[in-house]
Amino acid sequence: MSTTGQAGRKGDRVRSDCWISVELKESGGTSVAVKSRVQSMYGASIKKSVEQGLEALGVEHAVVEVVDAGAVPFVIWARLEAAVKAANPGLTAELLPEAKESTLYETRRDRFRRSRLYLPGDQVKLMLNAGLHRPDGVIIDLEDSVAPSQKEAARYVVRNVLRSVDFFGAERMVRINQGQMGLDDLPFLVPHNVHIILIPKAESADDVKAVDARVQEIRKEKGVENEVFLMPIVESALGCFKAYEIASASPNVVALTIGLEDYTADIGTQRTNEGRESFWARSQVVNAARAADVQPIDTVFSDVTDMEGLMASVIEAKGLGFDGKGCIHPRQIEVIHRGFAPSDGEVKKATCIVVAFEKAEAEGLGVVSLGSKMIDPPVVKRASRTVELAVASGVLSENWREGGGEDA
Amino acid sequence: MPEQTLVKNAAGRMVPTEINGREAIPYKGVAKHRPTGTKAAPAISTVIDYPDSGDKTVPDIKAALVAAGLKDGMTVSTHHHLRNGDFVANAVFDAAAELGVKDLRWFPSASFPCHAPIIEHMKNGVVHHIEGSMNGPLGRYCTEGNMRGMGVLRSHGGRYRAVQDGDIHIDVAVIAGPTADPFGNANGLTGPAACGLIGFALADSEYADRVIVVTDNLIDFPCVPWQIQGNNVDIVTTMPAIGDASKIVSGTTQITKSPDRLRIAEMTARFVKETGIMHDGFSFQGGAGGTSLSFAIFLMEMMKEEGVKARFVRGGSTQYLTQMLEEGLTDYILDGQTFDLEGVRSMRENPGHVNTSPFTSYNYHGKGNFATMLDCVVLGATEVDVNFNANVVTHSDGYLLHGIGGWQNCLFSKCTILPIPAFRDRIPVLVDEVTTLVGPGELIDVIVTERGIAINPLRDDLLAAVAGSDLPIRTIEEIKAEVDELVGGQPEKPNLGEKVVAAIEWVDGTVIDSVRQVLPRE
Repeated sequence: MSTTGQAGRKGDRVRSDCWISVELKESGGTSVAVKSRVQSMYGASIKKSVEQGLEALGVEHAVVEVVDAGAVPFVIWARLEAAVKAANPGLTAELLPEAKESTLYETRRDRFRRSRLYLPGDQVKLMLNAGLHRPDGVIIDLEDSVAPSQKEAARYVVRNVLRSVDFFGAERMVRINQGQMGLDDLPFLVPHNVHIILIPKAESADDVKAVDARVQEIRKEKGVENEVFLMPIVESALGCFKAYEIASASPNVVALTIGLEDYTADIGTQRTNEGRESFWARSQVVNAARAADVQPIDTVFSDVTDMEGLMASVIEAKGLGFDGKGCIHPRQIEVIHRGFAPSDGEVKKATCIVVAFEKAEAEGLGVVSLGSKMIDPPVVKRASRTVELAVASGVLSENWREGGGEDA
Repeated sequence: MPEQTLVKNAAGRMVPTEINGREAIPYKGVAKHRPTGTKAAPAISTVIDYPDSGDKTVPDIKAALVAAGLKDGMTVSTHHHLRNGDFVANAVFDAAAELGVKDLRWFPSASFPCHAPIIEHMKNGVVHHIEGSMNGPLGRYCTEGNMRGMGVLRSHGGRYRAVQDGDIHIDVAVIAGPTADPFGNANGLTGPAACGLIGFALADSEYADRVIVVTDNLIDFPCVPWQIQGNNVDIVTTMPAIGDASKIVSGTTQITKSPDRLRIAEMTARFVKETGIMHDGFSFQGGAGGTSLSFAIFLMEMMKEEGVKARFVRGGSTQYLTQMLEEGLTDYILDGQTFDLEGVRSMRENPGHVNTSPFTSYNYHGKGNFATMLDCVVLGATEVDVNFNANVVTHSDGYLLHGIGGWQNCLFSKCTILPIPAFRDRIPVLVDEVTTLVGPGELIDVIVTERGIAINPLRDDLLAAVAGSDLPIRTIEEIKAEVDELVGGQPEKPNLGEKVVAAIEWVDGTVIDSVRQVLPRE
């Protein structure tokens, strides 16, 4: 008796990916046939990589067919493992590429999240260089950008991406699927240094708690030391009404965001550039997030060619109180960072406050004052955040104190 | 084919000492080869042999070839102004086949995938071999060892030189003229196949024994301006169409949407700005490739911001260079070929949009040329090795992929920059050793990849110029190591046979490398 499984993508337009078919047998050893776009250069290496993978998975008898379009080794392994497990769902062995040193950095609850770049979960071609564009975060998407037939196989790809791809300091986020399927995504993510799980279509505290509980379970089970934060996405009228309950559902929630395509459909209208239809929802998200002391993050701007429209949208988002915005093309990142950069006036005021605070501290004074005004601690906190943001945005020198705070 | 003798040249590459019966000189190094004597010349012609009416027309290509005295074993040249829309070269060899002529040597200024039918003419014996670029199906045919003679790849300047040195004697030149008169004056500015300029045919018009102009837009004498002079032309003929306009120039030039290419282009422009290469009165050359085009757009923005103006830019012109000219960001476009309709219009209308030829721009036997005067040039490459040696003709699998074009000639600019991805799909562009050496590393100054900029250690002036900038300056080895780790190591070398299928000439005519036959693996 034999069983078969397939995984991956093939076709003229596919790049940096492969398609693998596995027929598990009772006898006869393994045979691997490779047809690759880079045959003469990597054909032998692909064959070897598949043979090693089969051995690691404990597969002794199989006929394997590989149709490759320049997939890198960790993608070949992801496709192989998914194909083998499609043929034998009971198999528990994992085929893990070695976790690269460059993937092991940590994140912080209060880091800047001005830009987050969406990357479709089964398109590795877009991921390999994504970090070079220096977004604050990358979101590898298992939800809407992965076709239903590819969902299962994409998990292996995303897991291997998390272990292999250097995102150069960007926060490593993954958007999981809705409901049970999303909970089943988590074992592929939590042990592999994912920083934030995005929870789509959150409509209640329970939606968040379910994910949180499963994350904690896996952390315990696998001995995961780093924290895994949560960012729920509000995408419906109900979600908007429950925004505060969602944002405060767990101490691991660090940010709350909104998805306007689904939201506008849900309230029975269409998305416009002016965005009057979503004004209430966006304000609601900002207020709920601030009330819960998490970051409010705006939706994506979807016209990748309209940089002026993007800038206007960023300035509007900043005006509404958002700390960040989603993007779907790397060229949007720089515009977003520029848009969220504090203005000259904001920088000047913030540096004055920080200098006054530091001076008061050095002099052992309990009260900070600037001119004749007393300054409350939350204002100081806000000001130092503005200074940090100004430095990160390149509008204030890192050594601004040396140049004199007031003139900076 | 007789036994080939290979020797090691100054670059350490094994090259043939004889190419298609002619003695070949191994590459000696940059600026080492200085031939002496006099240039080659065409046969003497006399006006009494030409009609006083000035009407040199014959009915069709076949009649033109008969009138030109086409015989077995002759050399026939054509040109690539009509790019992938060219109908002329195929028509010439179809007519030669009908005439029963055999063993011709095709000497194109470049070939395109539309010339795949020439493979049939090589199989049926009409064409013996090609001395010119071979891409796509022609590249495959040659690389797999099917061509009878040895291919020779030359730069545009090297082609001019080969004619002047007499390495190649053109028996019959067939020049496609988008507009022409019965006397043979021709230009590329108007007509259904308008392509801008036809400068690649200049050497052929001056040095070939017989010159045929073929047009689909025959107008009354005089056709002005005469980019090709009728006084050099023997025969004029017509075809219903000399090319497919949609494949000659594009309506509008599309810029790349690839984030990585845009990043590379922007970093290249920033490099040019921050090193001070971008200064009032400077000059640069870029092509019409996606990255190169975006580079020009980014640079244009930076020039506007800084109020800097160029004295001249060199094309491949496009709507973007045209925009620079018309907005006053450059005084001149010295154009080698036009890539879109805006470029053609501009050349027709703007006195500052000047047509050039390989003679003005690239020729090794000129008394100077334009390429050396450029402040910077941006070029592509298929591979670059850790010593900055570059390949532009073969892929890492050993197959011929591109011609040299003006690439080698442009390396002589004051700053040669290769904006290239560090890898394509899985295939690294940065390699230990190039598959085919086309450009020596000493002439390649800067590599700009999405993962960082590597400056040739020979250029400590450039290294000093970027010190303190926040450009990601790295060593080529660092970038290569990062990519190797990502793609799972360097690719396996192709399985090459002993047979040399094509020789790569340096600009001076010496042989810098050879392309060997690719054999199937196992």
